[in-house]
Amino acid sequence: MDFDNSQPIYMQIIDEYKKNIIRSKLKKGDKIPSQREYAQMVRVNPNTVQRAYREMENMDMVETLRGQGTFISAGEQMREQMAKEMAGKVMKHFIHEMRSLGYEDAMIMDMLKCELEPMEEGEQVDRV
Amino acid sequence: MIEFRNVSKRFGPVVALNSVNMEFSAGNITGIFGPNGAGKSTIMKLIAGINYPDQGDVKLDGENPRAKRQSVAYLPEIDHLYPWWTLRQAADFISTFYSDWDYGRYKELLPFLNLDEQMIMGKISKGQRAKCKLLLVLARKAPYLLLDEPFSGIDLLTREEIADAVIKGYREGEQAIIISTHEIDEIESLVEKVVFIDQGRIQLSGDAEQLRMERNKSLVEIMKEVFRHGNQQI
Repeated sequence: MDFDNSQPIYMQIIDEYKKNIIRSKLKKGDKIPSQREYAQMVRVNPNTVQRAYREMENMDMVETLRGQGTFISAGEQMREQMAKEMAGKVMKHFIHEMRSLGYEDAMIMDMLKCELEPMEEGEQVDRV
Repeated sequence: MIEFRNVSKRFGPVVALNSVNMEFSAGNITGIFGPNGAGKSTIMKLIAGINYPDQGDVKLDGENPRAKRQSVAYLPEIDHLYPWWTLRQAADFISTFYSDWDYGRYKELLPFLNLDEQMIMGKISKGQRAKCKLLLVLARKAPYLLLDEPFSGIDLLTREEIADAVIKGYREGEQAIIISTHEIDEIESLVEKVVFIDQGRIQLSGDAEQLRMERNKSLVEIMKEVFRHGNQQI
């Protein structure tokens, strides 16, 4: 995993787990790597990983069972809620950036449609 | 804990450190960042008890660093291993000096760093020598680990091997690692605490994640910003 070094790394670790849960790559009951394994895997300070895991435990995303490891504890309801939250954040950011470029909402809608249509048919259109 | 209180150090007309105050606590990995000649190596040598401050105090767990040399594993910037030594001979030599030598850890890290005990120090590449030096400090259970410019002049892949070994060898909660370097890229995600130093003064210090959060910038970008502004206190 490549980190964006201009953002807190522990948050990016949490977001990565959220995405995997949202896309159902990780499901309730799945075991995830230990903090030490994960730190070595992604080359990150073990204390940073500890912080991410602790926060995920506080959010009830994961639970650590003594002597057994850490497991996903987020169920379907939480999955839906996280998906909504993350998608909402992306949309807000997108809209904010477009508006700051001076685009009106109607234009943003048109551009979105325009961009999405060719992708629906599975082809990529290069635009300049 | 390591404490610097109003520490100044000169070498002839050159001011290496100018009234430096800081602390390093156990269980952290700290990066000391700064350009060449900023005072990084001087900080390391003061902690290792090799140099002494002209003014102020350096304390290691409340004591003079000279009395606590057994608590410090120091990787110097220079090549300090005899060229005719094999890695095994170097390890045997060091293990007689330090009671905290961990033979198991040494054996475990050998293949991890792609090293061989029969390698002769004077006949291997600079990158391999850098890895040997690292292995010899990581194999000690010292509470303080000082890595002075562990990446300087080392190729990219070897730098990654070194960073990986530091994480693998790190004794969480019981060890403080201090890494000095002007190459931050490799260890952006490795360090928890950072100290930016230039011209013998601390320009900025703090928690790496906190700094990213506050500034939306990477440590490399923050370093450029800090050193461009010169002696601004933040």
